Amino acid sequence: MSLLIDDEIYERVSRLDIPFNRYGLDPYGISRDHLGFFFTSLGWFYRNYFNVTAIGLEHIPKREGAFIIGNHSGGIPVDAGMVLTSLVLDLDPPRLGHAMVEKFANKLPFLSQYYSRFGQFTGIPEHAKRFLREGRLVVAFPEGVRGIGKLYSERYQLTRFGTGFMRIALEAGVPVVPFAFVGGEEAYPVISRLEGIGKLVGAPFIPVPRHIVPVPVPISCQIIYGEPMYFEGDGSEADEVIFGYVAQVKAKVASLIEEGRELRRELFSGDIVLDEDDV
Amino acid sequence: MKVLITGISGKLGRLVALSLIERGHKILGVDRRPWPGSPDGVEMYNADIRKRPAEDVFRTQRPDAVIHMATVSHFESHAEERYRINLKGTQAVFDNCHKYSVERCIFVGRHTYYGAAPDSPLYHTEDDPPEAISTFPELADLVAADLYAGSALWRYPELKTTVLRMCYTLGPSHHGTLAQFLRGERVPTVLGFDPLYQFLHEKDAASAVTAALCEGSPGVFNVSGPQPVPLSVLIQVTGRANWRIPEPLFNSMLGRFGLPRLPPGAINHVKFPVVVDSEPFQKDTGFQYSYDEVRAMEAFANM
Repeated sequence: MSLLIDDEIYERVSRLDIPFNRYGLDPYGISRDHLGFFFTSLGWFYRNYFNVTAIGLEHIPKREGAFIIGNHSGGIPVDAGMVLTSLVLDLDPPRLGHAMVEKFANKLPFLSQYYSRFGQFTGIPEHAKRFLREGRLVVAFPEGVRGIGKLYSERYQLTRFGTGFMRIALEAGVPVVPFAFVGGEEAYPVISRLEGIGKLVGAPFIPVPRHIVPVPVPISCQIIYGEPMYFEGDGSEADEVIFGYVAQVKAKVASLIEEGRELRRELFSGDIVLDEDDV
Repeated sequence: MKVLITGISGKLGRLVALSLIERGHKILGVDRRPWPGSPDGVEMYNADIRKRPAEDVFRTQRPDAVIHMATVSHFESHAEERYRINLKGTQAVFDNCHKYSVERCIFVGRHTYYGAAPDSPLYHTEDDPPEAISTFPELADLVAADLYAGSALWRYPELKTTVLRMCYTLGPSHHGTLAQFLRGERVPTVLGFDPLYQFLHEKDAASAVTAALCEGSPGVFNVSGPQPVPLSVLIQVTGRANWRIPEPLFNSMLGRFGLPRLPPGAINHVKFPVVVDSEPFQKDTGFQYSYDEVRAMEAFANM
């Protein structure tokens, strides 16, 4: 195991604000060693494979809880892993984000076991509320599964945002930190969704990329965090109010996406790796 | 205070009785099983809680408080027997409490009430519904007993009732559901799943029950102690061998190769965690555990 854990990353994991016991486990079963391995692997993707640039990390609260909300990008959710990695590798002090995992993952062997040790739990309101009340960071994608299977022709268009996150943020009294993830759509451009085969393995569908092999190609990605957004209320507001708040967050995420795409155009000086005609 | 304890001959019953005697209370014990060498201060009645002789104890001795812990698990009894003891027995105890004007009743139930499913939350609060009925149907009798006991809160408001949903216990006695599961050298787990298990040292469990009686308020409370640990760690620290069995083979392997026999529904509780939040209980009673998770596992392993 130790060969698979980078010392520098392990040191950062050890600095996380988490009460590990003498087995290196916290009350949720999150394991220091497992995190070391997790972020060593993700760190390689973050630094070498996707060459991720995270901008605006100063908007992440240093100690308090926050709901980190953004867009899904690409056919398989590398976005969540990269966001979590940015919080450990590029944030000081490092913080552990808890992503709200799609329910089917916990039914699958190994995924169920390892996600728990990595601190990634089923996306149910009880978990989000508990982590936020304890001052932890919760990462969620309000587009949900709707956002994962976007076809390449629909790239960077936000699908409907769920509203659950807003009520939870209000109830817990925490800000929403919006972010945009860009690059995932080029790294895994979806041309088709296979629903039948997906059902067989318990997933909603299998997204088929343009390059057929279901792994993302190594293309530079960017994460742009926006300023924390504070909203008035306690979570018991009427739907219209909540819809209004969610629309503000969605608009903010959309504008961060534009910022990100602009940044990409500058980085590649107009040379976007994939063109509409290629698909 | 005169305290009647049902199921007193069980490990937890004895520990609770001893700790109440230490506090100067008088104990009446009702159990079908004997307690050889029971200490002074305990009056033993060899009776079945559902039968007349048990009611006679209520009528003649007039206890001030009752601690009901005469419930059995699937390791000890078959379905029909469990319904008779767990549900009918609980009914008889509450009827007697009401009839003979008992002031206080503590029902010692189990945290497995909440059940274990892929989408159930870690750290259940008392408001969570009893999912065990679907995730582990063989626990339905205990769930029913828990809900029935809780209904005494509105049916008999003058009887101050407390329902405890207690996590597993571990300790040198090797009694209890979790100890039964870990009894053999080999413990079956489901390949690719490693749920958290939450347990209290048996002495802490006894002091929690004592605290509920002496310091606690009526209501429903989860009871737990130190933080939970993954099943794999529990098996390792207690010196057992972890048999990771692929899920399709799990139920057919049980009862063979020295593995324990479990009802079919138990598999969900070997795949997913049941973990409770006991903050309200700690605030209400001031209960603090004295054995952390490591010492509780060692106390079990070193016997």
